Amino acid sequence: MRVMAQMSMVMNLDKCIGCHTCSVTCKQAWTNRTGVEYVWFNNVETRPGLGYPRTYQDQEKWQGGWVRTKRGKLKLRAGGRAKKLATIFSNPKLPSIHEYYEPWTYEYDMLLSAPQGPHTPVAKPKSLLTGEDMKIEWSANWDDDLGGSKETMQDDPILQHMSEHVASEFEQTFMFYLPRICEHCLNPACVASCPSGAMYKRAEDGIVLVDQDQCRGWRMCVTGCPYKKVYFNHKTGKAEKCTLCYPRLEVGLPTVCSETCVGRLRYLGLVLYDADRVTEAASVEDEHELLESQRSVFLDPHDPEVVAAARAEGIPEDWIAAAQASPIWALIQKYRVALPLHPEYRTMPMVWYIPPLSPVVDVVGSSGNDGEDPRTLFAAISKLRIPLEYLAGLFTAGDTVPVERTLRRLAAMRSYMRDINLGEEPNEAIARAVGMTGTEIQEMYRLLAIAKYEDRYVIPTAHQEIARELEEISCSLDFDGGPGMGGMGGAGPFGSSSGTPVPVAVENFHVLQARQTADSPNGPSTSGRVNLLNWDGNGRPAGLFPPGSPGGAEGPGRDTSGDDTAAR
Amino acid sequence: MTGASTGSILLWVVFPYVTFAVFVVGSVWRYRYDKFGWTTRSSELYEKKLLRLGSPLFHFGLLFVILGHLMGLVIPKTWTEAVGISEGAYHFVATYMGALAALVLVAGLLILIYRRRTTGPVFLATTRMDKVMYVFLAASIVLGTWATVQTQLLAANHGYDYRETISPWFRSLWYLQPQPELMAGVPAAFQLHIVAANLLFILWPFTRLVHAFSAPVPYMFRPYIVYRSRDAAVASREPRPGWDPSEGPRAKR
Repeated sequence: MRVMAQMSMVMNLDKCIGCHTCSVTCKQAWTNRTGVEYVWFNNVETRPGLGYPRTYQDQEKWQGGWVRTKRGKLKLRAGGRAKKLATIFSNPKLPSIHEYYEPWTYEYDMLLSAPQGPHTPVAKPKSLLTGEDMKIEWSANWDDDLGGSKETMQDDPILQHMSEHVASEFEQTFMFYLPRICEHCLNPACVASCPSGAMYKRAEDGIVLVDQDQCRGWRMCVTGCPYKKVYFNHKTGKAEKCTLCYPRLEVGLPTVCSETCVGRLRYLGLVLYDADRVTEAASVEDEHELLESQRSVFLDPHDPEVVAAARAEGIPEDWIAAAQASPIWALIQKYRVALPLHPEYRTMPMVWYIPPLSPVVDVVGSSGNDGEDPRTLFAAISKLRIPLEYLAGLFTAGDTVPVERTLRRLAAMRSYMRDINLGEEPNEAIARAVGMTGTEIQEMYRLLAIAKYEDRYVIPTAHQEIARELEEISCSLDFDGGPGMGGMGGAGPFGSSSGTPVPVAVENFHVLQARQTADSPNGPSTSGRVNLLNWDGNGRPAGLFPPGSPGGAEGPGRDTSGDDTAAR
Repeated sequence: MTGASTGSILLWVVFPYVTFAVFVVGSVWRYRYDKFGWTTRSSELYEKKLLRLGSPLFHFGLLFVILGHLMGLVIPKTWTEAVGISEGAYHFVATYMGALAALVLVAGLLILIYRRRTTGPVFLATTRMDKVMYVFLAASIVLGTWATVQTQLLAANHGYDYRETISPWFRSLWYLQPQPELMAGVPAAFQLHIVAANLLFILWPFTRLVHAFSAPVPYMFRPYIVYRSRDAAVASREPRPGWDPSEGPRAKR
């Protein structure tokens, strides 16, 4: 037994309202740069839908993840080492940017600088790849809220795999949101696919990262990841991915997506697992067994034997304590209401989901029945085959039994707690029907419904008594125009990607400075104008005021005071 | 080095050594200074169809051409004759395999250049350095192909025997006993090809061509899953080269 700690996440899909706040704040924090315009480390998909990139779940097509060979070994679906090297000059299974979407901006300046005319000026969309006019035909979230889904829905890989019926009436049946980040898998196929050895799993907390200095841009990780959560920065020629906001986690803060989640549906915490058993557990023959085999890899942090083994591995006491208080452990193993996304990819994903009960409740409610009555609800869960099968396609490789069990627990919780809220005696039979006790149901209810910040995010800080990170403050190369000056400062000598990566603080400084003093690179087409939408109110960029008359005394940049103001 | 003119010494002794020095020092410097810029800078994301055809043609063609160069330049004529390969057999293999490789290489190059010029995003992502590099790369390849066609394919008998002149000269550079006089009577096509190649090698460390050094051969031998300790990144000791074996990722704190 080799105990390792894994930082993981659970999302409660019943609470997701599809507001995309997580996506937007993540983008602001991590991917608001050129080269990754099209990249969303966090995205929220409407299901049923095509996802982002389109049909990424169709592994027949994209060849992500692992497959089990006849001899019971795991191999990368896209091919092993030799095949990787043989196809290195042109990766046949790489999604093109159009599978994600062509990034664009708008010609905002036309709104300001268009000459007077009979028509209202419009801001035409401009491609960020070519700078040309473009027609917007797809985006990261084109089928949001089932918009336009009549056209595209039949291509949803999950629906295509579902056995019968379905067709069109599901649109009235259900819809839910699926927020996705990197799964930080226990058996990551992206890491296994990287020819350069630049991708790695952190031994301390299991976060999967890309070493930007070692990445050579072979693009195999993009193919390897079945969730398509490794992205190619087309400006720097390097792979980038969700970092689980490790700089925040190391100091005990939750990820940006969790912190800003409006519905408070995300939970963060540690799971202890047996690293020796991962490969074996990922290789079980029956896909339906994968859920249980992954659960069997997790170690009970309250077990004295596990605690002793963890200590022997050098896991610090506060980490063991955090693993014991982990909401992830509780949701996955204690209440067993969380399920992994696509266990059949055999990567052992570590972002789990509590499937939504709301589609079922909605149907029951809209048919005039009591949506919280246990008998109606239990009957409805097993009767509404389409949502059940669809959820099974996402979370259990098509096996409806665990999904049904989970939904019944959630339904039981609703009914049980309603009695308490109405001041009646709780019905213990409801709890027993789903194999729980009343106390357990109340504890689960606390965790799911009213858990506070520190209950949802149990994050031990990194042990770095040496504060090396603070070195970032002084980097001698970061003088103005120096080689370390990055961000908007312009390209290095060998193209835009060259030079050392710029410390975040320096990059922020330059981005801010550039925003104050210049316009965005995709700014106005007329020179000497300022894009007010991008101006943050500081400083006085050139062109903020129209040029004065040629003979006039006042220049455009002068302070306005006294007579000047009057003259205007 | 008796009997060699100053010009010939400059061209066939000084110039190759300067090239070598720039190539080696430049690459080391670039690796130390600019690991972040050390990448293929692939444009596959923008365009796939032409790349799918052109890139393997170009790269595999190039690999064969490099093999051919090694065979022709490094292995002395006496060695191949000692193992019983006649001049005729060698010439036949070298010429026709070489011509085939050149054909594949040139076809790939043409497709890639066409793609780079006509695909909007790919052309926009082309730096000035890329363009300069393309000129010298294409020049080397075209001149080499020309030399093969003119002096080997179209020539009578066994064609021009570079293994009597160019190859010994090339090896003499490595022995540090350069013999520029060997290059005196070499056909112009070969001479130009060598000059162009030298210029390309001088440019090499400063272009995206450095990705050739990153051929991921260790991938064949490493464990699939790579673990690294966070502590290694913040420790005062230099991390050891290589990978932590996947079965022993002990969290050291």
